[in-house]
Amino acid sequence: MANLLYEKWLDGEGVLVGDGAMGTMLQATGLEPGDAPERLNGENPDAVRSVHEAYLRAGSDVITTNTFGGNSLRLALHDAGDKVFEWNKAGAAAARQAADAQEREVIIAGSVGPTGSLLQPVGDLHFDEAKDDFAEQCAALAEGGVDVILIETMSDLEEVRAAIKGARAVCDLPVFCTMTFDTHGRTMMGTSPEEAVRAVAGFGVQAFGSNCGNGPNEMEEIAGKMFRAPSGFPLIIQANAGVPKMEGNQVVYEAGPERMADHARRCSDLGIRYIGGCCGTTPVHIQAMIEAMKGSGEQGSEES
Amino acid sequence: MSRNQELTEGIIRGDRENVIRLVREDLEAGRGPVPILNEGLSPGMEKLGDQFGRGEVFIPELMAASKAMNAAMEILRPLLEATGVEPLGKVVMGTVKGDMHDIGKNLVCMMLRGAGFDVIDLGVNTSAEQFIEALENSGARILGMSALLTTTMNRMGAIIETIRKASFGEEVGIMVGGAPLDEIFAANIGANGYAKEAPLAVERFKELHAALRP
Ligand code: B12
Repeated sequence: MANLLYEKWLDGEGVLVGDGAMGTMLQATGLEPGDAPERLNGENPDAVRSVHEAYLRAGSDVITTNTFGGNSLRLALHDAGDKVFEWNKAGAAAARQAADAQEREVIIAGSVGPTGSLLQPVGDLHFDEAKDDFAEQCAALAEGGVDVILIETMSDLEEVRAAIKGARAVCDLPVFCTMTFDTHGRTMMGTSPEEAVRAVAGFGVQAFGSNCGNGPNEMEEIAGKMFRAPSGFPLIIQANAGVPKMEGNQVVYEAGPERMADHARRCSDLGIRYIGGCCGTTPVHIQAMIEAMKGSGEQGSEES
Repeated sequence: MSRNQELTEGIIRGDRENVIRLVREDLEAGRGPVPILNEGLSPGMEKLGDQFGRGEVFIPELMAASKAMNAAMEILRPLLEATGVEPLGKVVMGTVKGDMHDIGKNLVCMMLRGAGFDVIDLGVNTSAEQFIEALENSGARILGMSALLTTTMNRMGAIIETIRKASFGEEVGIMVGGAPLDEIFAANIGANGYAKEAPLAVERFKELHAALRP
């Protein structure tokens, strides 16, 4: 089924607003710390759906499925390597339900995170094994009804390539990708934003960008670098609300809604086309970000 | 380039085959294992470690160098022991329960092995009981724990308490690490040491080993 919001966006219309953290919000609903969040897709899909609903109420255009760790290599660490199909499909379906209850059109991004293993030659994981793992997950997400595949938080270009190949092998959905540049401005494998843009242009994605990392300040630098590298595809930015710090027994992310709102406005002024959050970003942050972008959008249309 | 420089360069480039060849040739020419290690190989790891800390090289370079170092140590270890150089001792390592992050821990393990430690790696998601069992069975008295999540790092204190209650618990030197930790946190939970990065970790483990020896 064609998604009109996506089609228009791809033609250059508007900025998509993403969502924020999923895991931390699920922990409030009884997810054991350390357990696979994807388990809830199978065992408590209502909890997952209600997180999506909270982001939709805040105004997100794109909601991201609770399937970040849903590849078989990651699920096997929780003795659930055989649940890939069930939990990914259920995760997509939970988002689908939340989206279909909306009057406006919404895009469901099927989240695909790293395998957690390092690929050869640095590590032991074979390219084809990674590709097959990603294919298995993407097939389930497609079956559950996602609109795009969102490959996120990647550090290694080889793994990105494996994930894109895996997705392409099993579905015709658009593929988006984001990488995390958290180590001296590069990914932990040493790839710079400019290098990533150049490489991924050759892999054939519909949109590319950066997520997670250290916070809005660093992310704005990364966004600038990506924007200056010639790419030809729309750019995505989904920053952490800063790095988590402990205050007493509480985990606190340093960037509040105001800082994230300011960040969203800067990104949209720069020309970033899909802006959301990551760890530490809540529906309250997203709402503030939308407000801030409305302001800058109006200014933009007055000028033209 | 001098022989030592060749060895050093081989490690920095992570050129495993070349390092193996150079070490074999040196040994055949009658050079002792100690100078090969201390004057040739170790300076390579040190230089690369510094570059890693400054963000000039990244995980792939450090992994490749560690693999080359480990290959060289395979050859040198028996010779070192034969010359009476005391092995650096056993270390039990693991990522704590509830935490599946192991890239940093694996790097530390590789570099410890390269430095001559005998590492028993328990992998991820390790409980206090599993740590105690491994310490008991192996006789190791050095333990390294890694945590990358704020939730799991907050369990490290309880794990240390449980270990201290074991019959040999007070003898164990405990090192902790992982991105969200710092020196103060480590001291507060009763650990004996902390390091921010794998190359520094090797130094700290050596210091701890020296301090624990009767
Ligand atoms: C890669 C990564 C992953 C990979 C892990 C792959 C693997 N096999 O390890 C995957 C994708 C699987 C993953 C999963 C998750 N992750 Co993660 N992940 C990261 C990331 C980006 C990098 C970690 C890393 O490997 N760094 C590279 C290594 C080399 O560095 P290091 O681990 O710090 O190790 C060095 C030192 O600390 C030290 N060291 C390490 N261990 C030890 C031990 C001793 C004894 C000593 C002395 C030294 C030492 O030496 C190492 C080398 O220099 C971090 C962000 C960050 N920058 O830290 C987030 C991060 C740790 N993850 C995070 C989160 C939230 C998660 C998930 C919960 C996400 C989710 N929703 O599912 C899951 C958790 C799964 C679980 N139960 O553990 C958060 C944690 C936030 C918090 N509040 O705690 C972080 C900080 C991201 C963020 N900015 O918010 N993650």
